[in-house]
Amino acid sequence: MQFLIDNFWALTITGLTLGAVYALVALGYTLVYGVLRLINFAHSEVFMYGTFAALWVVMFLGGKAGGGTGQVIFWIAMMFVAAMTMSGLIAVLLERFAYRPLRKRNAPPLIALISAVGASFVLAEVMGLREKIVAWVGLDDNLRAYVRNSRNAVGLPDIVAKEPVFTVGGYAVTNVDIFVIVGAITIMVILDQFVKRSRLGRGIRAVAQDPEAAALMGVNRDRVIQVTFLVGGVMAGAAAVFYLLRIGITRYDAGFLLGVKAFTAAVLGGIGNLRGALLGGFVLGLAENYGSAIVGTQWKDVVAFVLLIVILLFRPTGLLGESLGKARA
Amino acid sequence: MLLEVKGLCVNYGRIEAIRDISFTVDEGEIVTLIGANGAGKTTTMKTISGLRPVRAGTVTFNGKDITDLPSYERPVLGISQSPEGRGCFVGMTVMENLEMGTYARPDRKSKAVKDDLERVFELFPRLKERVNQAAGSMSGGEQQMLAMGRALMAKPKLLLLDEPSMGLAPKLIQQIFDIVTEINSQGTTVLLVEQNAAQALKRSHRAYILETGEIVREGSGKELANDPAVKAAYLGGDV
Ligand SMILES: Nc1ncnc2c1ncn2[C@@H]1O[C@H](COP(=O)(O)OP(=O)(O)OP(=O)(O)O)[C@@H](O)[C@H]1O
Ligand SMILES: [Mg+2]
Repeated sequence: MQFLIDNFWALTITGLTLGAVYALVALGYTLVYGVLRLINFAHSEVFMYGTFAALWVVMFLGGKAGGGTGQVIFWIAMMFVAAMTMSGLIAVLLERFAYRPLRKRNAPPLIALISAVGASFVLAEVMGLREKIVAWVGLDDNLRAYVRNSRNAVGLPDIVAKEPVFTVGGYAVTNVDIFVIVGAITIMVILDQFVKRSRLGRGIRAVAQDPEAAALMGVNRDRVIQVTFLVGGVMAGAAAVFYLLRIGITRYDAGFLLGVKAFTAAVLGGIGNLRGALLGGFVLGLAENYGSAIVGTQWKDVVAFVLLIVILLFRPTGLLGESLGKARA
Repeated sequence: MLLEVKGLCVNYGRIEAIRDISFTVDEGEIVTLIGANGAGKTTTMKTISGLRPVRAGTVTFNGKDITDLPSYERPVLGISQSPEGRGCFVGMTVMENLEMGTYARPDRKSKAVKDDLERVFELFPRLKERVNQAAGSMSGGEQQMLAMGRALMAKPKLLLLDEPSMGLAPKLIQQIFDIVTEINSQGTTVLLVEQNAAQALKRSHRAYILETGEIVREGSGKELANDPAVKAAYLGGDV
């Protein structure tokens, strides 16, 4: 307990940065659940591919530590472009090949769920075996630097130096901390407005609330589903950049635990509810940090799930209740 | 002929919901389908809107074969439906619901939409008072008005109304029928499904009677309303 009190601010700030990443990934789960009532288990891999895309673009273009402000902005922008493109693409392909064919055949929801779990494994293993894959297609020499030791963690070159900006209660808040928290919230506000105001956003909400009535209004459900996956993927891509900036390394299975946590955050906030995902992400990030400060870091993951169970016992629909539309997201 | 349904068969798995039904709706008409529960009225309406796949037969709208056209392309052609059970978007406001009606309109950004909104507010002043209320917190009758208003916002040539008077107080039923007549007199063709057969027949130009998936009678509204067999089966004896 004393540890928690002594390190309160450090735990709070790091909890918020982690929570921001959870929240962004949670949005993808919640959006897809809203329109399809499907838990897209492979969303964790959509995120993981984003981390690699961000990392590769920096390695490929020869990013190094010690650049000026202009360079730092350039690298971060490149990482966002690469990660959002990659994650968005993976998410759309996932929908196209793992879910749409089943939907067209009116498969029961459980089948789609199995397909999701399968796609998750396939995507993770493809990344983990990229060295072999590159060898098969004869690109061994060209891509060695990017695929070497593909089952190990890979680190991002130190393109952004972490520098303290100000101090609260003894903890030096860094530029990266601020960037992650402010950046994530900004992106979430943009998404919120997109879903609320844009025509496609309205289509997403309409399909989530009543697919048949939406069709009667002229909403193309397949199109909306595709856009939903794309948007969820792009959010995961943004999360991947924040994650890399903060953690600095990634691995072919980096999505697994993070995905489970983000899904937990989505359920915690109320699955199907955008603002719920945001709240759930931050609550989870903070609770993990505070909890592990009290009972020990090795219990960190346990804390997350105990919290989930406790909250669901008292509020079965999560903190903000269910549904993309009903909560007027 | 605005709508022509010919030899239509629709199944749910192996259950034949409608079997070989044919009927037409002319421009400017109010045509009513009446029939007992489970007769296939809603199935017919949903099929015209493209929500149910057709096993056999054709649907022609405005001279165009739309049998296999995806549902979301039909509002553009001028088919709009207020579905059974209203189907309002409960998490959206009244205004957002009405705007959803214009989703497929090519001219959704033009001034015409504003005029149509005014027209809907004239027909349903209650909606105007409640523009910012969440549709889910409106009463059943208000939601019915909203569903009809939303369908009108699509500026349809053919308006499909599936039991617009369901669950409403007698006074409100009267009002809904008045509005249907008004909408029709302003130039919109209406295909109506109703349990309130007496009222519906009185208001419609023509009507069809559906029994277990087949059309068993057709005639003008008056004709059917005065037919002893129809009276006994659907009108509870007196009109
Ligand atoms: N989704 C469905 N799955 C299976 N059978 C269905 C489905 N929807 C309707 N049916 C069946 O099709 C037949 C016609 O139903 P439909 O809803 O068209 O009747 P209706 O005339 O609209 O009845 P009501 O007056 O009660 O609204 C019924 O026997 C019904 O049980
Ligand atoms: Mg019905």
